[in-house]
Amino acid sequence: MAQKRIVKEYSELQKKPLDGMRISLPSEADMHQWQILIDGPKGSPYEGGVFTLHLSLPTEYPFKPPTLSFKTKIYHPNVTNDDKGSMCLGMLRADEWKPSSKIDAVLSFAKALLLEPQPDDAVEGGIAREYKENKKEFIKNAKAWTKQYAKK
Amino acid sequence: MDSDDEFMSGLSSQDEDFGGVEESDDGSLGDEFDEDNPDVGFSQDKDIKPGKKAYEVDFKAFSPEDIQSHQDKQIDEVSAILGQSSEATAILLRHLRWNKERLIEAYMERPDSVLETAGLGPESAQAPTTKVVKGFTCEICYDDIPGLETYALKCGHRYCVDCYRQYLAQKIKDEGEAARIQCPTNGCHRIVDAKSLDLLVAAELKSRYQVLLTRTYVDDKENLKWCPAPNCEYAVECGVKKRDLGKIVPTVACACKHRFCFGCTLSDHQPAPCLPVKQWLKKCEDDSETANWISANTKECPKCSSTIEKNGGCNHMTCRKCKHEFCWMCMGLWSEHGTSWYNCNRFEERSGLDGRDAQAKSRQSLERYLHYYNRYANHEQSAKLDKDLYNKTERKMTGLQLTSGMSWIEVQFLDTASQALQTCRQTLKWTYAFAYYLQRNNMTEIFEDNQKDLEMAVENLSEMFEKPTAELAALKVDMMDKTSYCNKRRVILLDYTAQKLKTGEWKFNVDIAMGA
Repeated sequence: MAQKRIVKEYSELQKKPLDGMRISLPSEADMHQWQILIDGPKGSPYEGGVFTLHLSLPTEYPFKPPTLSFKTKIYHPNVTNDDKGSMCLGMLRADEWKPSSKIDAVLSFAKALLLEPQPDDAVEGGIAREYKENKKEFIKNAKAWTKQYAKK
Repeated sequence: MDSDDEFMSGLSSQDEDFGGVEESDDGSLGDEFDEDNPDVGFSQDKDIKPGKKAYEVDFKAFSPEDIQSHQDKQIDEVSAILGQSSEATAILLRHLRWNKERLIEAYMERPDSVLETAGLGPESAQAPTTKVVKGFTCEICYDDIPGLETYALKCGHRYCVDCYRQYLAQKIKDEGEAARIQCPTNGCHRIVDAKSLDLLVAAELKSRYQVLLTRTYVDDKENLKWCPAPNCEYAVECGVKKRDLGKIVPTVACACKHRFCFGCTLSDHQPAPCLPVKQWLKKCEDDSETANWISANTKECPKCSSTIEKNGGCNHMTCRKCKHEFCWMCMGLWSEHGTSWYNCNRFEERSGLDGRDAQAKSRQSLERYLHYYNRYANHEQSAKLDKDLYNKTERKMTGLQLTSGMSWIEVQFLDTASQALQTCRQTLKWTYAFAYYLQRNNMTEIFEDNQKDLEMAVENLSEMFEKPTAELAALKVDMMDKTSYCNKRRVILLDYTAQKLKTGEWKFNVDIAMGA
């Protein structure tokens, strides 16, 4: 059941790609693991960078939410600053996920998060505090990391 | 301390005065609980015992069936008032956490918004059925084969029955959700009602769903708590509120015999109130072993009170923190030791006295804690030993029946005695935690006398269990006397403490009011 939906969602996203995103399958045999390249959105401190994300669909998909993680290091309050780069907020949480939600919505959500972080739902408290209290410093750091890790 | 007798005589007359005050006070407190508990469903069955002691509270144990029927009764009642179906009423009640008054009031004011927020949106009265829709594609699985059975809640978001089933199964089985499962559509907050669930869900999940629904009922109600005993399915009702917990220790007993505190669901901890109990348990967990070790192996620097372990070497100590030099033996200044190093015989010197004074002071709090802790732990341990002893005795009870020709009913006094021992030790145990947080005043003397009396009664009874089985038959009357004396002493102790707790006369060195 899930297979049909995943295939359809994938081919629709290939036909009509989201702005500034490229989707591919690291292994053609496994439809449950996707790779996504996102361009840092214009006007954000991530502009000029390209970020690699990993989308993993659980076997219970779409009844359980996909997990999304940053493979490229990013300075962001909602992304863990470790080798996992995991995120857990909004529609990505099991209790908020609805089976009718689609992957394009998940990806749009991730992109929106780059433009506007949600410091009140942060996984990196320090970065969230900086974002709220010292935006200038936050932008400086985020830009520096983008330059260092996400260079095209 | 020297005027013990004066305190005692002064208090005993005072004590009688309180006897009079207590009754009216007890009544008013009871009324207060009643007012706070306008829950018609349960309070009808409330039995008010005539000679209720100050430490007793009203409570009632309910079986899962009772809980179900109470729920149904309330749903029926409110459904009649609101003119809503019982499914909708159940959702509304659960949505407002079973606060009937709030629901009725809110519904009368603005019914539409109440329905909307509870996920009941605009009504389009139709019995729930699945149907086949021409040209339908399920938005969850993207299946579009003709003849696909589909279902939608009143919000109209339609999915195939298989997806709906899987969605519900996961919510119920994996996530333990029941009362607040929403429509599978992103952004739609309509709640899946009981009828829809009945239609879609497999039989074995339905019972799980019922269990979960019942659970939310008890979880949502402030005056109901699950019995914490393993495998017990009963809930206990009690009107004592969280804010009252500084004034009363609400011990309740479930139908399964487990006695627990309604305030914090720990095992019965009368006479100590919930908050000190919590702090005590935490302290014991953190400190006990450490404190024992510190007490046995260390001394404090007479100048800065840093704790020092002497792990070898001579008696010439130099505090690493404040560089104070002193003698480990007499705690006096090292500079005054002259040439008699390594051999301290200057016990009476001034500086040594001062040093030991400082030492004693900082030791005091530690020793004080250990005093109470050791007695607390002792009763805990003894209760276990008593139980072991009793288990052995129980086997011998059969023997006793044979040797003395006593009937089964006649040897039950052993069982009664053992239970009294367990309960009294439990109480005694907590008197020490209670006393640890108590500020000394003239009432503490009475408390300690009560404690001592109960302790003696308990030890006397406990001792009898060690007698050989053959002698037990002859001791029956004595044992029964001692048992009832134990119980009497316990009642006296608890009643006195509870009275003073209600009137706020105990002074504690910690905060005892919840949420203060």
